[in-house]
Amino acid sequence: MTNAFRRPVATRRQMLTRIGILGGSAALYQAMTSLGHAAGTDFQGPPALSGGKLGTKVLVLGAGLAGMLAAYELRKAGYQVQILEFQDRAGGRNISLRGGDTLTELGGAVQKVQFASGNYINPGPWRIPYHHQGLLHYCKTFGVELEPFVELNHNSWLHSSAVFNGKPVRYRDFAADFTGFTAELLSKAINQHKLDDLVSADEQAHVVSAMRGWGGLTADGAYRKGAISSLRRGFAKPQGGGLDGAPVPSDLFAREDVMRSGLWQWMAFHERLDMQTTMFQPVGGMDQIGKGFNRQVHDLITLNCKVTAIHQDDRHVTVTYNDMAHGGAVRQAEADYCVCTIPLPVLSQLDVQVSGPMKAAIAAVPYASSVKLGLEFKRRFWEQDDQIYGGISFTDQPISQISYPSHGYFSDGPAVLLGGYMFGPAAYDFAGMTPAERIEHGLAQGMAIHANYRKEFRTGVSMAWSRMPWTLGCCSMWSEMARKTHYKALCEIDNRIVLAGEHASYVGCWQEGAILSSLDAITRLHKHAQGAA
Amino acid sequence: MRSVFLLLAGLAAGAFLAPQARADSASAVVGKMQPLKTGADVYKHVCQSCHMPDAKGAEGAGARFPALAGNAKLASADYPVYVVLNGFGGMPWFSGMLSDQQVADVVNYIRTHFGNHYTDMVKPSDVAAQHPTIKSEED
Ligand SMILES: Cc1cc2nc3c(=O)[nH]c(=O)nc-3n(C[C@H](O)[C@H](O)[C@H](O)COP(=O)(O)OP(=O)(O)OC[C@H]3O[C@@H](n4cnc5c(N)ncnc54)[C@H](O)[C@@H]3O)c2cc1C
Ligand code: HEC
Repeated sequence: MTNAFRRPVATRRQMLTRIGILGGSAALYQAMTSLGHAAGTDFQGPPALSGGKLGTKVLVLGAGLAGMLAAYELRKAGYQVQILEFQDRAGGRNISLRGGDTLTELGGAVQKVQFASGNYINPGPWRIPYHHQGLLHYCKTFGVELEPFVELNHNSWLHSSAVFNGKPVRYRDFAADFTGFTAELLSKAINQHKLDDLVSADEQAHVVSAMRGWGGLTADGAYRKGAISSLRRGFAKPQGGGLDGAPVPSDLFAREDVMRSGLWQWMAFHERLDMQTTMFQPVGGMDQIGKGFNRQVHDLITLNCKVTAIHQDDRHVTVTYNDMAHGGAVRQAEADYCVCTIPLPVLSQLDVQVSGPMKAAIAAVPYASSVKLGLEFKRRFWEQDDQIYGGISFTDQPISQISYPSHGYFSDGPAVLLGGYMFGPAAYDFAGMTPAERIEHGLAQGMAIHANYRKEFRTGVSMAWSRMPWTLGCCSMWSEMARKTHYKALCEIDNRIVLAGEHASYVGCWQEGAILSSLDAITRLHKHAQGAA
Repeated sequence: MRSVFLLLAGLAAGAFLAPQARADSASAVVGKMQPLKTGADVYKHVCQSCHMPDAKGAEGAGARFPALAGNAKLASADYPVYVVLNGFGGMPWFSGMLSDQQVADVVNYIRTHFGNHYTDMVKPSDVAAQHPTIKSEED
């Protein structure tokens, strides 16, 4: 009971305070960084590679972010670089869809995007955490303008089909009540001496006072209807001016409903390191990043090349591909080295001459399935009628979430929101539908949250990632076992070939993973090539 | 019906939340879906997203979703059971998301439809015998 006061070893905080006192804040920062707290991903700055042997050629396969970055840095280091890309565009999964675009998926369905001019949806990557410093570094270097992406919106909706009569509730109301009731319970437990065994008298006082401030409790430790709670969850009659300005407090939800709703998970959601604010998006669409990278290396890219085989011997790498711009003519390219960023579901089916362990690794990582819906409405009713500016509403229906645009606030005319973002079973289900069925289900489910959804709807598009011929899925999905058995072999240089991409990182399914993997791969490859020279 | 619905969602969460927890959507947002009481249901709501409604598969960038229609590799039921439970290349594992009954149902379904006419049936107990434990990264 008293051991809370007699800790045998210094806590991290105590240690830091000591360093801080002794060495000033710079030392404190350094110490924190080395303890892994102030840093984000392990981006160490761009690699300063130089001295690549003149005439040494590197073939890069795939013009996603990993491939384009490899090409950019390797050329700077002195190598002769060529990129082969299957699609008729660069960017890979970094993509935005706009009016006039055509999306063809496996199975043959073709969607023509009908969005009004200027509107777009990011059907793949859409947000960038502030600590993805590698990606942010290159955005800055390549002149990609960023703006805030609103991740957490207290005025968005949380919806459970089974609780609150199936009606959505405001994040704000729910969060206030969940926090308030939780604080009240803990506060009561302490005051009724139910935690005496666990918490010292001194700490009890601190906890009770913390609960009161954190949970919005009254002086006697209760969470109840009144000014304090309403100043968090909002008033039934809002605060006004003048004669009739007095507000009327709002009713609380029943504690039991709050607890059983499971909606607290959406509060926890935004607490994850990857989901915390500040979050960014490129101005004008996520594909501005791909375009920024492309500006640097477009002269190195050959589009419409479907790679089918990667062979190597002691002296060369030979890549065989179909030139899709010329009737699929079979061609070959030779190089000294190869950086391959082709997504694993594709690569695992190609004729690739690498060691057994690397081959096994390539085949050991399945890709998650994901579907996104981009829906355009005649007007921003979520802003105009609902005061929702950006952020995400969550639902337990298959569509999972609705996310409102973080840009163009208060503008008139049509606007696009994310009408569904599915993973797991719901993603398989939606990917198996026709595009028209996906939109129809998206609208039907969205009605549970926005009653005017159908009335305001204009047009929509869906992207089912498992049906993209060039990834056959959304992102790598490592099992614990596969990571243990295969990760190293996947990343190791195999004679003249090295793999890179989101899948060869611990930051899977983030663009940062593609960046960090690419930098690591080319840094090692450069060393390797110099050793060989 | 409701409880089956939720149960499936719960199972799915166990299997799919965590593996994607690092992902963007990590979204930890795993939508739920209907009960899938027959092999045809499982096929329609899970498999056809890749293998296509007619089970003829599709041709991508030098890689494909193989056809299950007229596929001689389905001759031994153990093979599709193994693939569905463990995954295969880009195909995810379904152990943990589909029940033994559902795996048996869908394997029986693909082996008796799409031009396949195998007569031996897989039982849930056969599936149970093969069950791998595939752990997501973050548990
Ligand atoms: C739905 C979704 C949401 C996401 N959300 C986010 C997010 O919010 N924030 C974030 O940072 N990241 C997010 N990501 C992850 C991010 O998109 C990826 O991690 C990143 O774009 C991967 O880059 P890459 O270079 O590794 O692969 P890719 O971009 O896939 O590049 C691979 C390239 O190889 C090409 N290729 C394939 N086959 C062949 C072949 N046979 N021959 C030649 N070329 C071939 C492809 O066409 C492609 O251009 C999301 C991804 C998805 C799908
Ligand atoms: C996300 C896409 C995806 C989904 C969903 C999917 N598969 Fe697959 N499946 C694949 C891919 C890709 C392969 C081929 C892997 C390879 O050859 O590298 C495959 C291979 C198979 C094979 C082996 C075929 C052969 O010729 O060797 C069987 C059997 C199979 N799948 C059955 C199923 C069943 C049954 C379901 C539904 C429960 C299902 N799949 C769901 C992508 C998928």
